[in-house]
Amino acid sequence: MTDNHEHVFEDRTPGVEEHESTATYLSYTVGLGLAILATIGSFVVAQTNLLWPPGIPVGLIVLALAQIGIHLVFFLHLGSSADSTNNILALAFGVLIVFLVITGSVWIIANLNNNMMPMPQ
Amino acid sequence: MLGRLSWAAIPTNEPLPLISGAVVGLIILAVLLLITVKGWWPYLWREWITSVDHKRIGVMYTALGLVMLVRGYSDAIMMRTQQAIAIGDAQGYLPPEHYDQIFSAHGTIMIFFVAMPLVIGLMNFAVPLQLGVRDVAFPVLNSVSFWLTATGALLINMSLVIGNFARTGWMGYPPLSELAFSPDVGVDYYLWSLQISGVGTLLTGINFVTTILKLRAPGMLYMRMPVFCWTALAANLLIVAAFPVLTATFVMLLLDRYLGMHFFTNDGGGNQMMYVNLFWAWGHPEVYILILPAFGIYSEVVATFSGKALFSYRSMVWATLAICILSFMVWLHHFFTMGAGADVNSFFGIMSSIIAVPTGVKVFNWLFTMFRGRIVFKTPMLFSVGFIVTFVIGGLTGVLLAVPPVDFVVHNSAFLVAHFHNVIIGGVVFGALAGVNYWFPKAFGFTLDERWGHASFWCWLIGFYLAFMPLYWLGLLGMTRRLEHIPDPTWRPMLLVAEAGAIIIFCAILCQVAQLYVSIRTRDQRRDLTGDPWDGRTLEWSTTSPPPAYNFAVLPKVETIDAFWHMKRTGRAAPAPAYEAIEIPRNSPAGFVTAFFATIMGFSLIWHIWRLAILGFVAAIIVVLIAAWSIEREEEIPAAELAQMERGS
Amino acid sequence: MTMATTVERTEVPTELARGRGGGGPAPKRVVVAYGFWIFILSDMIMFSALFAAYAVLSGNTAGGPTGADLFNMRSVFIETMCLLLSSYTCGLGVLSAEREQPTLFLVLAILTFALGAAFLFIEVNEFAGMIAKGAGPSRSGFLSSFFTLVGMHGLHVASGLLALIYLVAQVLVQGLRAAVLRRLLCWSLFWHALDIVWVGVFTLVYLMGAYH
Repeated sequence: MTDNHEHVFEDRTPGVEEHESTATYLSYTVGLGLAILATIGSFVVAQTNLLWPPGIPVGLIVLALAQIGIHLVFFLHLGSSADSTNNILALAFGVLIVFLVITGSVWIIANLNNNMMPMPQ
Repeated sequence: MLGRLSWAAIPTNEPLPLISGAVVGLIILAVLLLITVKGWWPYLWREWITSVDHKRIGVMYTALGLVMLVRGYSDAIMMRTQQAIAIGDAQGYLPPEHYDQIFSAHGTIMIFFVAMPLVIGLMNFAVPLQLGVRDVAFPVLNSVSFWLTATGALLINMSLVIGNFARTGWMGYPPLSELAFSPDVGVDYYLWSLQISGVGTLLTGINFVTTILKLRAPGMLYMRMPVFCWTALAANLLIVAAFPVLTATFVMLLLDRYLGMHFFTNDGGGNQMMYVNLFWAWGHPEVYILILPAFGIYSEVVATFSGKALFSYRSMVWATLAICILSFMVWLHHFFTMGAGADVNSFFGIMSSIIAVPTGVKVFNWLFTMFRGRIVFKTPMLFSVGFIVTFVIGGLTGVLLAVPPVDFVVHNSAFLVAHFHNVIIGGVVFGALAGVNYWFPKAFGFTLDERWGHASFWCWLIGFYLAFMPLYWLGLLGMTRRLEHIPDPTWRPMLLVAEAGAIIIFCAILCQVAQLYVSIRTRDQRRDLTGDPWDGRTLEWSTTSPPPAYNFAVLPKVETIDAFWHMKRTGRAAPAPAYEAIEIPRNSPAGFVTAFFATIMGFSLIWHIWRLAILGFVAAIIVVLIAAWSIEREEEIPAAELAQMERGS
Repeated sequence: MTMATTVERTEVPTELARGRGGGGPAPKRVVVAYGFWIFILSDMIMFSALFAAYAVLSGNTAGGPTGADLFNMRSVFIETMCLLLSSYTCGLGVLSAEREQPTLFLVLAILTFALGAAFLFIEVNEFAGMIAKGAGPSRSGFLSSFFTLVGMHGLHVASGLLALIYLVAQVLVQGLRAAVLRRLLCWSLFWHALDIVWVGVFTLVYLMGAYH
């Protein structure tokens, strides 16, 4: 159904590498390696004093975001070519909503909790 | 064996639900009998129930919405009447626990089973035709979506005669909606009915985002799409973004009620404010899901019936996308008074005021479109003009409410009730009625009667103003919402005016029924033989009325905005095409059967009939797996047969 | 849906190409994968609401046990590695399917299943242990949100495993046809997305919960 002429005019399928080659096996393996490093890094950061303790939550979030990025690039093949625009835009929209829901809720509820009367003892 | 279901569930001691349930039951029985006697079942099964054609599904959605409008209206007239009577010493005819169910059912039905189906139905019918393609991206899922919505509507109506409905209002706030304060089936009816139909709606969102972004006729760049498709895209993006939040929120409340968890309970570390927060994080985008397609309909109608291109297409598109994004940044304005600090309240207040700006841009664009146009006041245009006036008033009161100090005075008063009915009726209902009148000839091959259409419009307009303008005033006088008994006799005149308005709205509904009846009876005099009754601008008018199942034998090649208008002007409306074989999706019973088992599952969960619930759930999954096994779901129409079908039409 | 158009591909101007969407309806593979991508994004948003609830309720222990009291970091690490490796084998499996290597695909599918099942096994044991200690989901708001967030992820994993069995059966019966390949691609998108959610879970729930 798809012939190579049509490929020029179509958006990229999400999750598929544009050109088949052995480089893709490499892509997955590199991604795995990086992800393992990031995971071990997170556990180490959380459990030791490698990072200045008040900065540990920030460090964990940075490592988590990095690992999500590794997954998106190496496992889901989200690239920057023009054919990926629809996929990236959809992802960006999803990320925006996730951000608004989580940070919005945390900000709002923290604010509301602060204004609650103290519980009777 | 039957959980907590028993004969006591039937409200034998409450005449109103019993009698209305009996009447509806008899009507349904009569209809089923008529269909059986006339032998229409094979036709209905083949052409409608198992149809995956977006045009058929769109008609079914719209029909569902219009039928449920009657149910939602009957709740409304009961409330209006109670408020007109139960003033001072008089107690009225509705006890509080009954009145509470009525306003809860009214809101739930109107939002989820009238407004949503109308809007989704019109998008279903028109979007693929306007995009110049044959169907949506996932036709079988489309059928599943519709039937799951119907399941939700069925469940909520069953609550009238088997058990009771929620008494919490349509938002279902805890702790009132928790087990401790609502131990009966009411809230469970609410939650399961909405969860099941919510799955259907989410699938619709996915379907239409994919369709609009990936399936368009050749040459239809983004900036050549009809504005209705842009607003449909924005609305469906909002569905994909917002409905999962509602699903998660209801999951949490269900877990509280069924498994004794503590998300929103008073004890055990629950936080009720989180429910309110998450509910409205869905709830505000929801109202934009309703209004954006209506805005799109107005754009099409105003341009067509002014005989001019829409003024400033680009700014319309950008305004639509701005509204889409901004609608996710304003939700706290639904609970300014819940106790957040000034910083939080002012942020959301400012964002709520900002979102009025792109809407204003749209209003000016419609007005400039009409300016120096040759305006034809067919019914859709009447509704559009009525909308512009009415919606602007409702929007202005919305901007008032967006100011937190003002909201502290009028939150949850009749002022608020007037505002949201103002924008929903003036915006969504008028838009749906305009859309129905506009696309009816395309769907059925003959136009609707204009006289009865005009009559229904004037009754809607006058009825709305009489019913709701007094409520603004009453809200400022201090009347709160959801009052079952009116303490202050000086409010009586306003309430009587509101009652009169509600009765005139009933006349509007009667006019619509008359319009349908008369139109069908005299259809031969109003046949649409050209497929283009309004001298339209977009591609749906290039097909026959009704279009063939495959919409376009050859996909049109698009070169401009208002592709069909351009084709007509340059004499390319009827090219001599070379036909190739095409594929159309086969019908599928998957949607109907899945929904059937989903209904059993929902009802069983509500009544704690656990084994039947598991059975229903497993059966639904099995149906999905069976339907998914077959990968050849399309049938081919060979080129010769296609040519013959086209010549014959 | 196929296109029935008489336009010669070479006549279409370049402005219609490359993501501006003027080339006509996209091929089925792109449509199906994009639709599934949108579904996954909606699922992520659902998880975000559960994350938000967890963030808000994580301190509401109602006098009961906290995360630090309950979480076992060793099993969390093993779980994480199992799921990550199963994402890897899943990716390789899709590659082998697209290159028409059914035996390799089957082996990788079984590996993916086994690793995913191992993840679930550890998680179920963790839940059972907590419930046995009286730290079940009805103990406090914190525990309700913990069990729901992590449990919802586990339910997704379990559904994915059942779907994998169904898809492997389809491959065995109908071969690696285009329609089946499309579904395998969608399944792999789903599986990778679940691993992404797990990154959020082990970071925000377990690591931050146990130590901060």
